[in-house]
Parts: sequence; C-alpha cells; structure tokens
Amino acid sequence: MDASSVMLTVDPVAVANEIGRERLLAMYRRMHRIRRFEEQAELAYKARKIAGFLHLYIGQEAVATGFFDHLDLTRDTTVTSYRCHAQAILSDLPLTELMAELYGKVTGNVRGKGGSMHFFSKERGLLGGHGIVGGQIPVGTGAAFAAKYKGTGGVSVTFLGDGASPQGTFHESLNMAGLWNLPAIYIIENNQYGMGTACTRAVAVGDIAAAKAPGYGMESITYDGLDLFASWKAGQQAVAIARGNRPVLVEAKTYRYRGHSVSDLALYRTKEELERYKALDPIERVKVAMITAGWHDEKADEALYEAVCEEVAESIRFAEESPEPPMSELYRHVYAEATSR
Amino acid sequence: MTATTSRLARPLKPRRILDSKTEPINGHKGVPLGDGSQLLSMRMAICQALHEEMTRDGTIVVMGEEVAEYNGAYKVTKGLLADFGPKRVIDTPITESGFTGLAVGAAMQGLRPVIEYMSWNFSMVAFDQIISNASKMSYMTGGMFSIPLVMRGPNGAGPRVSSQHSHAMEAIYAHFPGLIVVSPSTPYDAKGLMKTALRQQNPVCFLENEMLYNAEQEIPLDEYLIPFGVGDLKREGTDCTIVAFSRSVIWAMEAAEELAKQGVSCEVVDPRTVKPLDVDLIVESVRKTNRCVVVEECYRTGGLGAEISALLMEHAFDDLDAPVERVTTTENPMPYAANLEHETLPKPHRIIAAVKKACYR
Repeated sequence: MDASSVMLTVDPVAVANEIGRERLLAMYRRMHRIRRFEEQAELAYKARKIAGFLHLYIGQEAVATGFFDHLDLTRDTTVTSYRCHAQAILSDLPLTELMAELYGKVTGNVRGKGGSMHFFSKERGLLGGHGIVGGQIPVGTGAAFAAKYKGTGGVSVTFLGDGASPQGTFHESLNMAGLWNLPAIYIIENNQYGMGTACTRAVAVGDIAAAKAPGYGMESITYDGLDLFASWKAGQQAVAIARGNRPVLVEAKTYRYRGHSVSDLALYRTKEELERYKALDPIERVKVAMITAGWHDEKADEALYEAVCEEVAESIRFAEESPEPPMSELYRHVYAEATSR
Repeated sequence: MTATTSRLARPLKPRRILDSKTEPINGHKGVPLGDGSQLLSMRMAICQALHEEMTRDGTIVVMGEEVAEYNGAYKVTKGLLADFGPKRVIDTPITESGFTGLAVGAAMQGLRPVIEYMSWNFSMVAFDQIISNASKMSYMTGGMFSIPLVMRGPNGAGPRVSSQHSHAMEAIYAHFPGLIVVSPSTPYDAKGLMKTALRQQNPVCFLENEMLYNAEQEIPLDEYLIPFGVGDLKREGTDCTIVAFSRSVIWAMEAAEELAKQGVSCEVVDPRTVKPLDVDLIVESVRKTNRCVVVEECYRTGGLGAEISALLMEHAFDDLDAPVERVTTTENPMPYAANLEHETLPKPHRIIAAVKKACYR
C-alpha cells in the first residue's frame, strides 16, 4: 500500500490498552466468525449449494469490525453494498439464519427472498444489503435524516466501495449530509478494485476521502483498513463527529483476498500483490498483538477457532435441513401486509 | 371518515374563480359554499389532503425542489411551510436520486416522506431509487421493512414544453410490482386518494397533471377517503366504453359530449388508480356496451391500452363486438410546434374517430 500523508497514525499498543483485553478479544472473535462463515459459504457455493452472486469480505474484516464496536445498535443504523455478510454478522444476527438465506431457505434472514446481497435487521438497524453500486448511499443518508428528525441521538453508518464513489448518489448524498449537518458516517472501503478495474483507473484522485470531503464541508479520516487498531480509532473519531450532528467521510485502505465475487478469478492482479497483502492479514495481526501483550495464547486461540468453526458448521447443518419457501411465499410481501400504522 | 362508494362523478367546474379569492390564503383552504361543500381546485385539493394528514401524523415530511419557501413550483404545497415549519417542509437541492433514496431510508426508519418531483420527467433521474429500492424493499426483506412513501408531482404533457418535459409515466411505473400508481382526474378524487396514500404502507406514485391543477370542483367539507383500486363512472352510456386516466378523462368527456350529439352514447370509466386497477368496473361496463376504447397519455407500445385490451381478452372475450381501440400519445417525442403537439396527444377528435371505428360507424 502506498504511504499516504493523510493516513491516520496510531500506536497499536496504546490503542490496545484503550480497548482493553475483553473488548479486543471479542472483536478478534467477530473477525474470525466473519471469515470462517465466508470460507464455508465459498465451499458451499463451489458445491452448488449456494447460487447467484457471493461477494466475500475476506481481507476486509478489520474495517467493519472496528466501526461496529462503537455503535449502539438500538439507535444507530448501518447500511452497505452487496458485500454485506460482515455487517450482518457484526449486527449479531444468528449465523444460522444468514447461512439459511444463502441456501435460499424459508428460515433465512429474509425468508429466502434476498440471498447473499440482501441481509437486513429491523431490530439491529441493518438497512441492507444493496445490489446496485452506490444505491445504498442515499438510504443511509435518509436514516441519518430520520435519526435527527426524531432526535434519537443515533448515527447512520454507510459503507461503500471505492467503485461506488464515482456514482452520482455519492455526490448527491454527501452534499445533502453536509448541507443539513446530518449525523452520517460514510466509509469508503477502498479495496482497490471496482470489480476488475483498479481504483487508479476509475477515480481521479488517490486519497478519495481527503480529496472529496472538503467539497461537502465535512471532515475526513483516512486509515490503514488492514489494521484493526487504526480502524477502531477511526471509528471512535468518526462516531464522535457524527454524534455531534456533523457528517464525516472515511476511507479505509484495504484489500480483498478473493475476487469481486466467487466467480471472479481476479486475473487483473498479480499473485505477488495478493501475497504481499496476505502478509498483512488483519486477523493475524490482532492475534500477534494479543499474544505479545500476554492477553492470549496459542491454546486459547485453537479453542476459539474450534468454537467458531463449530458454530459455522451448525449454521450449515441448519441451512441444509431447513425447508425451501412454500409457494405461498411467491407473492407474499410484494406489498406490505399492514395497511396503516 | 367515509370511504366513498359512489361511482357517479361530481361535475367539474370550468370557471376560474378561485385564484382571485384565495391568492393570499394558504393553498389548502377552499371556498365554503354553505351547503356542507367547498369549492377547491385540483392543486388545493391535494394541498388540503397533505395539510389534514400532516396535522394528524407528525411523521409526515414534505420535501422536494421549491416545495417550501417558493411554495411549490406549481403551488401545490402552498402554505405548508408556514403551518408546519422548516423541519417538516424541506427545500432540497436539485438532487432527485439523492432525495428519493433519502426518503426511502427515512421511511425505513419510521418517517412517512412525501417527495415532490417538480415534474415526473425528473423522476427518471431517480429511477434506480424508485425501482431498486422503494418498490422492492418489502419483498426483498421478507416483509421486514415497508416503504410508506408518496412520490408526487405533475405528469404528462405540459403546455408546449416539448420532448423532455412531456412524459406520461403511468405505464412505466405500473410495470413494476411493489408500486401503487394513482392517476386522478378530478379534485375530489385527488383529495380522497391522497389521503389514502398517506395512511398506507407502500410506495405510491401519485401522478398529477399540470393542466388540471386549475380545475375546480365542489367537494365535501367532511373528511372522506377513496380506496385504491376502485374506479369511477364519470359518465354513463350504452354504446361504447371509454376507459381513460387523468387528463385523458377530460378529453374523453368532451368526446362523449360530441358523440352524444351524433347519437352515440359513451360510458366513461375512470379507474383512478392504474395499480391496483379496477378490472371489475371496466369489464362490467364492457359487458354492457360490448365495445371499448382506451385513452391514455402514455405511448402505445406496452401502454395501458395494451394492458387493458389483454385484460378484456381474458375477462370479456365473448362480450366484445369489436376490437378494442387504443388512443395514445403517438409514437414520437413531443414536438414543440402547436399543430404537431395537438396531433401527438390523445385529443377528443382522435377519441371520436376511435369510438366510431369501434362502433363501425
């Protein structure tokens, strides 16, 4: 990754101490849950148990994990693109209902009607899971508008890819958020490729957030998205800004290990590039930091790994055994069932 | 509250007396007529519905370009800012995709936004938000979220505004499951339908017509709602059914008037909502007249006439004595020249010709 003058600098040891052992261990476990869930989903896809699109977050786990740790999901909301598994897992949705959704079963998160790209939770403020690049950005802006209108004190976090930043919705949303001082956080997860097109071939500036935020009268934060400590610190700062009814544009410089989706072989990048980033693995770095701090050891790590794998295996069993939606579901929910409120 | 079941139209008043009497007054206040009714123009009827519902439901917010301080480009939201303040009546930047998506997100979080497209032509800038987000949200969340959103504004041809400002969107939006499409022709219908739109949970495309905003009508002072999917007989007749929407209803009434002089009795059916569509009322009328002409401002290909023709094939094949005729906007972008514009629209002379053809006269 290119060194950037705008990059947030953090002292991992100091941040680890600020986070504390229990909280850090919990985040580490969440990152494992995201990755192990997706690894099994990928296998299930290759076994043709899952179809459609499957966009994996593997490599990017530190970004959403660091931000979610600062959210109060009884009043804060999140929304993201089609690469939405991590946000759903971090919203504490049961892995069983998420895997069942990937399997297209009626026990799935949205009754088998959405699949991989459309995870939602009303209780936990997860507003999707959206399939059109950039389509979720105004939706997140609307959640910020509603939070301010109702005076809940909640903030809205909108995740988007580097590939969504050239979309018109990005410009329109950030302009409104800046104009109306909405409690909105926009995080560009710059994984460096919009499908197969390198960000440098699609976006006119290198540091997207730093370059664009001033145009909307907002602050920006740019950080190393492969570093959970930087992500946590960036999240802390961003949430503080948004709680004060000011929007903020964040850019996490990150990387995805897999292709754009499972069907993408990622031939547009070199093996060396991939290996270089894998050496910076966000989960491994946290493990090393915790062991160095004496907060964790190999034995405990093995137990954690096994427990997470068992939880994922259970989700697979649940998905396999769940029934497909009955035909009565075909027309159900095209229109809302409640006619008034 | 009484849901109207009357299918008899209240006569439209062609006189223009309201502008001078109501100019300084809020847009929602009609002129009481002393008999339990009031005189309202179409724009005032819509404004009155908004005002009444905003009074009873604090989650309703009105937003769009020029809706607040300017009082609406067509003055439909006149006075709302004064009565409800800038928190609930919001001028947006020119950013249709942005404010439509914002409204979807706000609806997911418990608000009931009403967004104005200064013209439905501009909704095409927001098409992805309307279709991919608003129309599909209930289904793709397994019913977890609903989008109580009213999208409204003038639709169809304005006066000599040419190609890019003259689209009629009924057929386009009716194509997609998940949307409700309302296309009223009278102030009475517009008010009752708008109130219904503001009390239900689905995204509504409320298609008004600039050329009807000044149309005046006596409507009750008492509250009423008109349910979606219940059409209205605007004129009773025996020889031919004319199904028409919005401004086309006015042209159909003019054509029916002229045809009556020539001995042809037309029944004018105004479904009022395109989706859901009152198929029963159309079929019932055609079973009586055995002939049907559909009039619309949409294009012919894949238009409402195509849909209604197919429905009549399915439901009233044996009752038809002639092929269903379609009178639509002709298949060209709207020209500016007055004579060409006139011929492009489904005006009375074309309706008269179509009815005569259907009646083999």
